[in-house]
Amino acid sequence: MKEKLTSLWQRLFGDSVRAFGVVSLIFLGSLAIAPAKNFFSEWRHYQHGYLRMIRNRSDANTLQRHFQGGIQQIWLPELGVVDRCTSCHVGLKEPSLADVPNQPYRTHPVIPHKLEQFGCTVCHRGQGAATTISEAHNSTLAWEQPILPAKYIESSCGQCHRGPLPGTPQLNLGRNLLSREGCVHCHTVKLSDGTTIKATDDPPSLSHIADKTSREWIFAWVKDPQAYASTSTMPNFKLSDDDARDMSAFLIANSTPLAGDNRGLTRVAPPDPAAGASLYGESFCASCHAVQNAAGNMVGGDVGPELTRIGSKVKLGWLLAWLSNPRTYDAATAMPYYRFTDSQLATLSGFLMAKADADYLANVKLDPATPEQIAHGKRLVSDYGCASCHEIAGIKKPENFAPNLSLIGSKPVTQLVFLPGMQHTLPDYIATKIKQPRAFGLGLKMPQYTFTPAQIDALTTALLSLNDRSSTLPTSLAVAATPESDYRPAGKAGKLMTDLACFSCHRINGHGGDMAPDLTWEGSSVQREWLVEFFKNPGTLRPSLIRRMPRFNLTDAEVNELTDYMMTVYQNPAVDRDSMPLSGYSQGEVELGRQLFYGKYSCQGCHIVDTKTDKGYIGPTLTQVGSRLTAAWMYQWMKNPQALRPGTIEPNRAMSDEDARALTAFLISQKGGGKSPLPAKGAGNGAPAEEVAKK
Amino acid sequence: MNRRYHAVFSLVFTVLAASLATSCSRSASVTVIVAKPTAFGAAIVESSGGKQFAQTGSLLAQPVIVQVNDERGTAVAGALVEFAAVPGVTFDPPTALTDSSGQVTTSVSLGGMAGRYQIVAFTTDKSHKKVELKIEEIALGYQQALGRHLNDQYCERCHNPESTVERVSNYDNLEVKPHPFTEGDTLNKISDADLTAIITHGGPALNKSALMPAWGNTLSKSDIQALISYIRAISDPPSRSVGPVYAKN
Repeated sequence: MKEKLTSLWQRLFGDSVRAFGVVSLIFLGSLAIAPAKNFFSEWRHYQHGYLRMIRNRSDANTLQRHFQGGIQQIWLPELGVVDRCTSCHVGLKEPSLADVPNQPYRTHPVIPHKLEQFGCTVCHRGQGAATTISEAHNSTLAWEQPILPAKYIESSCGQCHRGPLPGTPQLNLGRNLLSREGCVHCHTVKLSDGTTIKATDDPPSLSHIADKTSREWIFAWVKDPQAYASTSTMPNFKLSDDDARDMSAFLIANSTPLAGDNRGLTRVAPPDPAAGASLYGESFCASCHAVQNAAGNMVGGDVGPELTRIGSKVKLGWLLAWLSNPRTYDAATAMPYYRFTDSQLATLSGFLMAKADADYLANVKLDPATPEQIAHGKRLVSDYGCASCHEIAGIKKPENFAPNLSLIGSKPVTQLVFLPGMQHTLPDYIATKIKQPRAFGLGLKMPQYTFTPAQIDALTTALLSLNDRSSTLPTSLAVAATPESDYRPAGKAGKLMTDLACFSCHRINGHGGDMAPDLTWEGSSVQREWLVEFFKNPGTLRPSLIRRMPRFNLTDAEVNELTDYMMTVYQNPAVDRDSMPLSGYSQGEVELGRQLFYGKYSCQGCHIVDTKTDKGYIGPTLTQVGSRLTAAWMYQWMKNPQALRPGTIEPNRAMSDEDARALTAFLISQKGGGKSPLPAKGAGNGAPAEEVAKK
Repeated sequence: MNRRYHAVFSLVFTVLAASLATSCSRSASVTVIVAKPTAFGAAIVESSGGKQFAQTGSLLAQPVIVQVNDERGTAVAGALVEFAAVPGVTFDPPTALTDSSGQVTTSVSLGGMAGRYQIVAFTTDKSHKKVELKIEEIALGYQQALGRHLNDQYCERCHNPESTVERVSNYDNLEVKPHPFTEGDTLNKISDADLTAIITHGGPALNKSALMPAWGNTLSKSDIQALISYIRAISDPPSRSVGPVYAKN
């Protein structure tokens, strides 16, 4: 061995000329390393592949002309973007390459932004300046932002767009869930404009809970909220029996009675299930509350709590007080003050109390609480942060109870603890944490939620959009959301509208729900007599709707108060109610309107004027529209519906003044059979409408 | 002497390489336990979940349910079903035994590329031969998803004959029936330009029914393009401009 090495040394470096030659060769060889690395680089490989691919295409020459070799770069200093992705992804801007099955040569899908203005990494993350796949796509020690998986891509839209977009349903849902499921009660989320995300749910106050329910129910509920109601949004804290016993002991002991929170009835009629069901139906309780039917399906809305087992929960005295005026117990409730009569209260409470599950509390046996148990219960209530969501007398709402999530989308992977077997990426961490929060260690407090996989993806998307870029974005680049206005009507009518919880369903001046029509311009749109009649006897205007306005037992004075307020205040400046008369149009105009209605504009596709012939099921029934709407509103509506109600489905037909006037004349002649605004159920209402039209 | 050096050197090298390799792969490997089938079927059929549309990378709204039958067409419980597709498509669970009604249910997430994805569900028969079923799903890109949103808001109530609890279809009320957007046989024969004209100016623009109103003043040009790209994406049979190309990841 030794001799061999010596002879090799002799052969290479035996004399100075040899040594010089060999060293020169090594030097030259090492000089060639850099150009060789460049020559065999990945991007060159992909560019060659691209050129080979386009050679056989019919538009080869055009593609060849657009092709630019070498490293490509998009440089956007104000966004901090240096993206060389287009060095390999050569075909992004070629529309004809949409049929290539995969990247790097496929066209970029059509999006509202230009590549040159936004680069790639603003949306896709990854390391823009890298020119190899592994460095650009994966996370390395020096670069922790790997490519964002496609299912979370909408989070990138949320970096600049603060409000909902039509093209980002998943992001919109996720943001909605952050507010609606109460995440932000415990986690602070501060946005770059200085505002914090507000919770939109309304967890009940627990200060007077003993008025409402029993200790046994609280025990069973905190153990497993979904066992009581599968739609419950309260998460499961996985409490032991002892902890649940002590917590319920504290909550009952801590509760103080509230005046007016308990009510008896002087004359109690025997509960009548048929009358109860019909009153429940007439009052449209199902618009907000769900009940699980025998087949296991949820029937009803999700504004209020599920009522499947309500009889096992509430005390009769409390239920009567609640139904008679819910605002006594909870001033901010979404539930309307129905003004039920005593006999209605008896019927409805009897019907609801019968919705009980005999098995639900059968096995809950609690001994009277000891002071130690109550004290322990109080500690538990503080420890688990119950007061972050619920108002509890004597316990302060904790500040910063859970980690702040304002920058969660940029959290370094090195600061995260992963579960065995899971991908070491931030999106996977967030999704898994939401899915099984307690799996990440002992003593963790975050409770178990019952989110569907799609909801978890949506929440993860919304959280990923809260990152360094979104928090440091120049205000000039941010697209602000339309803030929810804090509009509240004033005076007596305003008090009435709060009592009736109009805003739970209707929207006025940018405030309120979206279940029922926007009433911002109601004063310009409807006739006073109709509105009075509608308050007394609300029907539906649309044949295909299930949800309807409930009937409140309003007095004449209250109806007048409301009507006067709405007719005066909710006026659209562009619609002059008195500019067009409600009658007196010529026979010729009415007839022209009829022809336009059935011919040129074919309105019968969506509306019904003659119940014998028309079948349109989309827009409101128009058999009595002449007694409902003002002529000026109809005219302006037909000229441009979206100007009066943005987003309405009726297309803008760009009508001429003459056409709009003729159609208004025709529609205003549709006065219906009687004064009743109830929808046409049979075929009887069409004929009188025609008679009126002929006059 | 020589040999020993060699052995020590190679040992050290192996240890180094192994530790390097383990430190580089940051995610631990997940062992998938495949259940042993207790029965074998002769055929596999789709119960539900085919031809759904979802945004790229996202979960299909409904799970895919397949059923394994024997020679006489009765359901077989305990047969092993495996799902496969191009990388990027994930199944939860990827393999399972059929339940007592002979069915397997899996949630499917589509890949990141817009287009049609082919999912293969297979089982083995008694002679260990593969029996397979091909199911197609459609991933919508940004533009098509926007089109779907517009369709839900403006078009679907007439163009979709199916009613739901929240939306009663107006299809049956119309004298001239609109074309459902999946109706590829008809819609594929209408060019993009003609579709744009009908949506913009209404049915009469192409001598069709006036029941189709003009949307040109309500929808923007890019809205209409988005709608057309949605219609092309979901048409059945596939439209020619997209072609029978299966997306890969």
